Amino acid sequence: MHVYILRRLILMVPVLLGLTVIVFLIMSMIPGDPALAILGSYATPDNVAKLRADLGLDKTMVEQYWIWLTNMLQGDFGRSYSLNRPVLDEILERFGATLILAGTSLVLCTIFGLLTGVVSAVRQYGWADKALTFAVLIGISVPSFWLGLLLMMFFAVELRWLPVSGMYAIYGGGDLPDLIRHLILPSITLAVVATGIIARLTRSNMLEVLRQDFIRTARAKGLDENRVIYRHAFKAALVNVIPVIGVQAGFVLGGAVYIETVFQWPGIGRMLVNAISTRDILLVQGGVVLVAGSYVLFNLFADVIQHLLDPRVKA
Amino acid sequence: MTSNTATASEIKTKKRSARPSAFKLLARNQLALMGAVILALVVLIVLITPILPLPDPDVTNPAQRLLPPFSDGHLLGTDHLGRDLLSRLLWGTRVSLAVGISASLVAALFGSTIGIVSGYFGGRTDNIMMRGIDMLMAFPYILLALAIVAALGPGLMNALYAIAVVNIPFFARNIRGVTVGIAHREFVDAAKLSGKGHIRILLTEILPNVMPVIVITISTTVGWMILETAGLSFLGLGAQPPQADLGSMLGEGRKLITTAQHLSAIPGAMIFILVMSINLLGDGIRDVLDPRLKSGALARPAPLTKIDRSDQGTSNQIADETVLAVDDLRTEFVLGDDTYKAVGGVSFDVGKNECVGLVGESGSGKSVTALSLLGLVASPPGTIVGGRVMFDGKDVYDMTENQVRDIRGGKAAYVFQDPLSTLHPLFSIGDQLVEAIRAHNAVSYRDAWAKAVKLLGMVRIPNPESRANNYPHQLSGGMRQRVGIAMALANEPRLIIADEPTTALDVTVQAQILKLMNDLRTDHGTSVLFITHDFGVVSEICDRVAVMYAGRIVEMGTTEQVLKHPAHPYTKRLIDCVPRLGEPDRRTSAIPGLPPAVNNLPAGCAFADRCDRAEEKCRVGSIAFDDLGDGHGVRCIKPMEGANV
Repeated sequence: MHVYILRRLILMVPVLLGLTVIVFLIMSMIPGDPALAILGSYATPDNVAKLRADLGLDKTMVEQYWIWLTNMLQGDFGRSYSLNRPVLDEILERFGATLILAGTSLVLCTIFGLLTGVVSAVRQYGWADKALTFAVLIGISVPSFWLGLLLMMFFAVELRWLPVSGMYAIYGGGDLPDLIRHLILPSITLAVVATGIIARLTRSNMLEVLRQDFIRTARAKGLDENRVIYRHAFKAALVNVIPVIGVQAGFVLGGAVYIETVFQWPGIGRMLVNAISTRDILLVQGGVVLVAGSYVLFNLFADVIQHLLDPRVKA
Repeated sequence: MTSNTATASEIKTKKRSARPSAFKLLARNQLALMGAVILALVVLIVLITPILPLPDPDVTNPAQRLLPPFSDGHLLGTDHLGRDLLSRLLWGTRVSLAVGISASLVAALFGSTIGIVSGYFGGRTDNIMMRGIDMLMAFPYILLALAIVAALGPGLMNALYAIAVVNIPFFARNIRGVTVGIAHREFVDAAKLSGKGHIRILLTEILPNVMPVIVITISTTVGWMILETAGLSFLGLGAQPPQADLGSMLGEGRKLITTAQHLSAIPGAMIFILVMSINLLGDGIRDVLDPRLKSGALARPAPLTKIDRSDQGTSNQIADETVLAVDDLRTEFVLGDDTYKAVGGVSFDVGKNECVGLVGESGSGKSVTALSLLGLVASPPGTIVGGRVMFDGKDVYDMTENQVRDIRGGKAAYVFQDPLSTLHPLFSIGDQLVEAIRAHNAVSYRDAWAKAVKLLGMVRIPNPESRANNYPHQLSGGMRQRVGIAMALANEPRLIIADEPTTALDVTVQAQILKLMNDLRTDHGTSVLFITHDFGVVSEICDRVAVMYAGRIVEMGTTEQVLKHPAHPYTKRLIDCVPRLGEPDRRTSAIPGLPPAVNNLPAGCAFADRCDRAEEKCRVGSIAFDDLGDGHGVRCIKPMEGANV
């Protein structure tokens, strides 16, 4: 077990490095000369050249990447010019809010996705299956940013049951119940698509597993049907669904960009959108690296769970 | 002449209805059809938008700001600048559709190229390209698109590129998978030998074959791409004013959500309708191309085979010593419009402590017979349509699900063919044995575990204490089959139904397993129904044997009668197939031809077409099962000479 985790952690290193290379390459596609952009079009060539040297822009791409990477590894993500504070401070602060939102959504979509998929499979072609399958289809087709608006309009603006936006009430609040009240709408909105995907996959996997020989064996043993379905079939199906739940972590982290914008959630997604509008490239860079890196960790976590459940997966 | 044509066309329609065409299946799928109709409608409307009598979508009119829907001259109302919402909606849909489809095509072009090249050349090219694709997939989906837009700057074209790039991995992986499958097929090798260059082979041999997969991948991703480009526009990173797509309209409407909800509700609904109709259609296409759905094989099997009997056997008296009496059992499978009569009236019985063999080729219905006994035939598609199975004097098909479950694994237990697929891969063998024990006895887990270990020892598994903690994949084939037998023995059954338990094993292990089963039978007084295709196995273990062909028993008798004096030509040919030691010149030729399909059985004897003794009268009516005396019977008009010696 420890060996497996250690191996996976070591295998993560090249993935994380590749990730930073891609981010670096994307950011180097930015048209124009940053030095010129900073100094403005009236700058003298001498001044531009001097700033280029200061910024390290006269170095080769490989050197630039190496400097950027080593700085990052030492916790120096640069300084956000629009917020005038270190990028690392900002993204870590924001990331907590995103983790709360995305984590809640991931829990929701896992529970409801598995539940929906299993019920759908067990009641195959019955009315429950048809209704759920249709609901799932709606769930994966609806734009989450629109669904968020609809829910907000209805539950927050019309019925006034829940707060419209933000993470905490402006006055008072700030405690856990307050957080939960603010969390309900955005986390549900964010979970809808992932729930649909997990539900679909669970359903098809359950149906696949229920046709397997070992299910016939379980029945031939005289096990009662609930045990056959919820112990034998579900466990076998779950092993196949777990990697996809890991992938959903990525959808949820990415989808948070929309939901945080709609609900004014002070997370990293909204920060990224703002940073893109203000062309605060260092902030974008840092945010993307952090979120993508944590996604890789999420997947590692999913793999470890799968490894625990399935003795066949090689260490 | 006319009647001839009529029959011909009849046959043609019949053939078509048996295996519906892809298009028919799609049309039959009402949801997919609905999606296709809605999508076609939307596309049609946006295509004719330029010639529709609509106001200019970009002309502002401050006097008419924020009119609600159904206002005069503005069917859907106006926005915050007084622009007509219907006009903007249709023009915006045009943009969204165009961008979504373009993004799909760009992603398809680059993704498929990577996939084809990677799959065709393999080796290092493949390795490097796929590692790159893996890197792209290590990013959360939208995040990568955001990073690209951040670098290129906001704008509709940049959003298009960004969404296309993040979808390249889907195409690359799918197409690579298919290409790998065909890259070493004969026609590609032939093209290489004929001196064609790589590029020509890729374009003329590979591309046409992977094209369907590319189309499917487009149809399943285009909805996503429309959604995601709209999303980027919604965030203000896609379409820039005055240009508008559905996403940017929604983004603008969001700012007025408390005062003019129609501004966000309407464009959002349009995105939803578009994406939903595309997904419906895409799912339909995927379902049609998935062959498993055609056969209905994805249906969930019920815990008990469906029973819909037209009769309940012949109600013959059953001898006291009989454990199992099968009486005119008929099991059918309905697949599409075809009915397969897998078991067409089978009768036999198994006495106390007796071993009866059920022999036949694959597809003869022997396994279905075995599974039918306790309702384990998957249904759908299987149904028991007639006859009865008397176990301990009671009709199994009259029992409730609970009563049948009580017998299963209790008084009657199964041993299946391939223990790797019949044991649960994720539970230890000890746990699986414990389950079998506790399903029928109220004992503690600890006691059941102790008994499980004892059972493993009984089937001669060395170190049963530690082996009990093993998972099936950690055992050898022979070991696994011993576990299967141990599981069957868990509750001291009166009858063991062994469905080809030795077929997947090599010969030495086979002999060990047969000896084990024989010993257990003697020690415990268990009856055995032994299903096999191997007469060699029959001679070693069976007291009596029944030979099945095309769903019916064609010969039955003691092992000696059947092996030494086969009465049915089929039995004779089957026995001749078994090579004998010391008789190298003996003819062991296979039986020419194939058994008839059980959805289209001929009149008379089903073996007539393969039988060199067949006559005219073999092909009419139904052939009766004749008693030859001494319990030897045969379903043949011209039994082999010397059979009833």
